[in-house]
Amino acid sequence: MPTPHYVAAIDQGTTSSRCIVFDQAGNIISVAQREHRQIFPKPGWVEHDAGEIWEAVQGVLAEAVGGAGIGDGRIAALGITNQRETTVLWERATGRPVCPAIVWQDTRTAPLTRALAEHEGLFRERAGLPLATYFSGPKIRWLLDETPGLRERAERGEVLFGTMDSWLLWNLTGRHVTDVTNASRTMLMNLRTLAWDDDLLAALGVPRAMLPEIRPSAEVYGHTPDGVPVASALGDQQAALFGQTCFAPGETKSTYGSGSFLLMNTGQEPVASKHGLLTTVGYQIGDGPATYALEGSIAVTGSLVQWLRDNLGLISSAAEIETLARTVDDNGGCYFVPAFSGLFAPHWRSDARGVIAGLTGFVTKGHIARAVLEATAWQTREVVDAMNADSGLDLTTLRADGGMTANNLLMQTLADVLAVPVIRPMVAETTALGAAYAAGLATGYWPDLDSLRANWHKAAEWRPAIDEAAREHGYHSWKKAVARTLDWAEQ
Amino acid sequence: MGETIQSVERAAAILRLLASGPRRLGVAELARALGLPKGTLHGILRTLVHVGFVEQDEASGKYRLGATLLHLGTSYLDVNELRTRAINWADALAGRSRESAWIGTLHEGHVLVIHHVFRPDDSLQTLQVGTYLPTHASALGKVLLAHDPYGEALDRPLEPYTKHTIVDPAALEEELDLVRTRGWAGETEELTEGEVAIAAPIKDPRGLVVGAIGIRGAVERLAPGGALHMEFVSYVRDAARAITRSLEHP
Repeated sequence: MPTPHYVAAIDQGTTSSRCIVFDQAGNIISVAQREHRQIFPKPGWVEHDAGEIWEAVQGVLAEAVGGAGIGDGRIAALGITNQRETTVLWERATGRPVCPAIVWQDTRTAPLTRALAEHEGLFRERAGLPLATYFSGPKIRWLLDETPGLRERAERGEVLFGTMDSWLLWNLTGRHVTDVTNASRTMLMNLRTLAWDDDLLAALGVPRAMLPEIRPSAEVYGHTPDGVPVASALGDQQAALFGQTCFAPGETKSTYGSGSFLLMNTGQEPVASKHGLLTTVGYQIGDGPATYALEGSIAVTGSLVQWLRDNLGLISSAAEIETLARTVDDNGGCYFVPAFSGLFAPHWRSDARGVIAGLTGFVTKGHIARAVLEATAWQTREVVDAMNADSGLDLTTLRADGGMTANNLLMQTLADVLAVPVIRPMVAETTALGAAYAAGLATGYWPDLDSLRANWHKAAEWRPAIDEAAREHGYHSWKKAVARTLDWAEQ
Repeated sequence: MGETIQSVERAAAILRLLASGPRRLGVAELARALGLPKGTLHGILRTLVHVGFVEQDEASGKYRLGATLLHLGTSYLDVNELRTRAINWADALAGRSRESAWIGTLHEGHVLVIHHVFRPDDSLQTLQVGTYLPTHASALGKVLLAHDPYGEALDRPLEPYTKHTIVDPAALEEELDLVRTRGWAGETEELTEGEVAIAAPIKDPRGLVVGAIGIRGAVERLAPGGALHMEFVSYVRDAARAITRSLEHP
């Protein structure tokens, strides 16, 4: 009997690092997880210690592989997926970080991005991204401006930049490389050529000598000291798209966590958004062409349920929102737009603030719970409408994952407002699975995309159950509620 | 009203007194307040400490309400919470067994399906969450009946669904004894011809059964030759134990 081989994936996330080992059918064999510190030196600043993260990654890798009794040589490939945009700078000679990593949530670059406004069109056109504090480019620029002597060392190639994939690949294989999906979040890469763009580098003032080599998302980058091929790197949302096997244009996944991220595969041409979405690389397998995606992010979905629990005390656990919502049959005319820090895709209005609209003496906490769940569904609808309009493709099913998929009422409401079936896949860990799939493809563990599709199974499906009139009435009311959030915060 | 039991009344008086303020109370204070001899109080307090309703501070020897008592009124497990905690394990059960996975709780004498994972073969299936199953004719129901602390679910005639459904109350009692002894329940064409199911109990941290998880599938796959394949039984019991553990350590 041949020794069974597995594929391992490192999921380096914002709050923790995990390692998950999968078998050929995509079943989870073992999981290990370690958290790392969130460092908040000033309001709006969020940092990580890249050294601490590397230690955590080594720990979970050893634990998931060794602790599960999986012997040496039985891991066919190792894949990486990571929190996107978080920026690490380290010394080439010693491999030591020269400063704390700036996390994607960090807003210290807000004044800098305002100062770069003259280049906004260039960033949109070449990088596919709006000018925003998330992306790595402004974070690098800030560090080079604020740290004495750093720019000169970066120009000499003594100090290197990388997103988390790059930092882990450097430590695992000794190479300074990144994958196209992570590079597409820097504002430095040209989306069409998939190479660093001189105009973008000039606009941001980032020296080329510090940048990693851009490689496909799936190829053997090198080997670990134990000889395991390190064979994939994907940003977390792109990995979830891949893990959900959204390989055909129009196929769309939505991940429901504190916020939500929708990605639609748009095929081998980047689609410029006219409706407030951003354009990103979905994945690139070996020397094949890149597959592009449209991305829409919603700031507040699951975190609204937590807000109801922690700030209002209406429920004692997030799951109880469904119990409370089911005490009534509908929203009682109540709509909740959680524009807590403005509205994200497709509106991008930083002056908006949250409202609960349509209140009457009839409305109970049950109706508010309904409105909270419907808010996630209607926000998804707005992003899906934008995606359909930008891509010219029509969403036919939504593949949902993330913690909120345990909420049956939400899943049914999503199907109702989108007017398409909503499907939950059997393996909820789509992010790690996507990295494992890409690594397994690169090493021949899985032969092709079809073999991955065959692994994908429906765990549940919710079909639309309301009529068009009810849907349109609800959407109309939602839009009226959204209009009432605008022009509140004065900046 | 009939006769009351004096020591229970005294225990209740102690609990009321301990609940009346934030301060810990010593035996002397309790004795004074209740007008009882210290010796009598010692016996009742020892019993209350034993069941966890009262805690004694090691340093001062004084008493206060115990954590068990504080959780008594709020320990009801929300079914949506149970689904959230169980979802990954139910997926894994369906993945390993290649059959549909189900979680049920007891609701007004029926099994309420609170979670359903499709059989992973991409055939057309419909989500059954929110539907009811009969207790005496389903594996999930037998697990729940066998561990029902109120035992009131049996107060009606046992309706036959197939010729294999257990309809004799004595035979059902015997079957429930077996379920309690083995720690799992089987269902062989008792609800639907050609279908077999297996279920095991999910327990909360107090050891009370709060739900049952199981799989359901064709008799040719789960019980080829007539007898249930024990491999499937162990998959179901592993999943039940894993969910039980996850309820202990949220």
